[in-house]
Amino acid sequence: MLEFFQQIINGLTLGSIYALIAIGYTMVYGIIGMINFAHGEIYMISAYIGLLTITALTVQFGVEAVPLILLLTLTISILVTSAYGWAIERVAYRPLRGSPRLIPLISAIGMSIFLQNYVQIGQGARDLSMQPLISGGWRFGPAEGFQVYLSYMQVLIAVVTVVFMTALTLFIARSRLGRACRACSQDLTMTNLLGIDTNRVISLTFLLGAALAAVAGVLVSLYIGKINPFIGFEAGIKAFTAAVLGGIGSIPGAMLGGIILGLSESFASAYLRTEYKDVVAFSLLVLVLLFRPTGLLGKPEIEKV
Amino acid sequence: MNAVTAPITTLTERSLLQVRNLSMRFGGLLAVDNVHFDVHRHRIFAIIGPNGAGKTTVFNCIGGFYRPTSGQVLLDDQSIHGLPSHRIARLGLVRTFQNVRLFKNMTVVENLLISQHTQLETRFLHGLFKTPKYRRAEAEALERAAFWLEKVNLLPMANREAGNLAYGQQRRLEIARCMITQPKLLMLDEPAAGLNPQETRDLDRLINELRAEHGVAVLLIEHDMSLVMGVSDEILVMEYGRPIAAGAPEQIRNDPRVIKAYLGEE
Repeated sequence: MLEFFQQIINGLTLGSIYALIAIGYTMVYGIIGMINFAHGEIYMISAYIGLLTITALTVQFGVEAVPLILLLTLTISILVTSAYGWAIERVAYRPLRGSPRLIPLISAIGMSIFLQNYVQIGQGARDLSMQPLISGGWRFGPAEGFQVYLSYMQVLIAVVTVVFMTALTLFIARSRLGRACRACSQDLTMTNLLGIDTNRVISLTFLLGAALAAVAGVLVSLYIGKINPFIGFEAGIKAFTAAVLGGIGSIPGAMLGGIILGLSESFASAYLRTEYKDVVAFSLLVLVLLFRPTGLLGKPEIEKV
Repeated sequence: MNAVTAPITTLTERSLLQVRNLSMRFGGLLAVDNVHFDVHRHRIFAIIGPNGAGKTTVFNCIGGFYRPTSGQVLLDDQSIHGLPSHRIARLGLVRTFQNVRLFKNMTVVENLLISQHTQLETRFLHGLFKTPKYRRAEAEALERAAFWLEKVNLLPMANREAGNLAYGQQRRLEIARCMITQPKLLMLDEPAAGLNPQETRDLDRLINELRAEHGVAVLLIEHDMSLVMGVSDEILVMEYGRPIAAGAPEQIRNDPRVIKAYLGEE
């Protein structure tokens, strides 16, 4: 039973990270119907920025207050990463607007390879690591035998994720720009015809997606403490899976899909074998798509005659 | 072949929309062939013609949807050729489509708030911190939305999802959504399609009201002759991409070329 709780904790932590990245995929798809395959790299870049900022702050400037370090790192990482997200759209996707769907997709894959190599040249291909900034946690359970371990870092991940998800949900539901985003995702042409600069809304979507990926990247560099230029690929594929699982185009779907994927991976590695975690995760995806092709929270597209 | 031009009502007053020698070619098909007309302020101008006459293509060229092969489109003496759609909308030209294109998953009132985006302060930080300026703008936007909902008899439906409205109501909401942007020219593509006779009469009244109270000029494509003849000041008839007649409704009704195009030769 206690082991079960432990897996829930681990699964939720992992799932939060997936969910944060998945939102970037789902929002871009929702508005321009394109899979931004460079999004995983955005997350990788933010992990680097996070790690470098923390190292600079602690070693170079000797900042010791952990909340201050967190706040500064998150802010810097979000700003820089959003700029990357914005620039990628501007350079690699906007010139291809209106061309057949495959073309921006190939451009996205090219961008992803480019960014991987770009970081490799700048930072080297080997793992970078750092001392954990936040260590310790709580133990529950009997003194002898299995104990549930909940680290402070895991709590931080959950709290930060909930804060950013809530902020995004409110932004989309309540604000004027959020309203424009929703209108664009329903009918881009019509929104444009009503006088809204849809290119600006698309830029905003890339910016928001990158900002959330930045949060995920910073949290991961804190949690795992070891990164390399290739972490974006796997995380990207997983988050994309999460977005499809939840129903691509749906923001709550991406959140749900991320959590489900995280939980299934953590249960699979605990109760089967670690090697099976991806098998279970992707089998789940296949099953969901067989019975609900639009994903868990995706709206079925009704073709009108 | 001599081009048929719509009569120019007054030579001193500049017309609102000037369409000059507009042609549009799709491969081997000349869909629009040298169309030439003027829409004056506060006037209701209709384009009619059999199916496939190129009416919607003319609309798409004017609205910036297609890039015409040749010719010019001027709104208020300014060329709108090649401008992005949102710029054209901000210059005061909005349109509807043959099929209803509302934001179906948004509420009725939200549909009207979206189209006010152009006039409202849209700066990100204002919205983030809900400054008084932002709140005031939002309140005004809501007021204007309520005004238009009242006008098209949809006020009780304000918080329903737009997709759940009856068809005639959706049509009216579309017109309100255009009007709230305070356009100079409203382009309606078959606004009476799918409406019953009562709804068509209401639409006739609404179009007249828009012109009388809000000073908008209307350019419409329509198949419903009762609506066209009742509401229009001027009519342009097209066939096979070419204009074949233009004039006031009485003239058009008796024009042999028009009768031939619609009914075939005796």
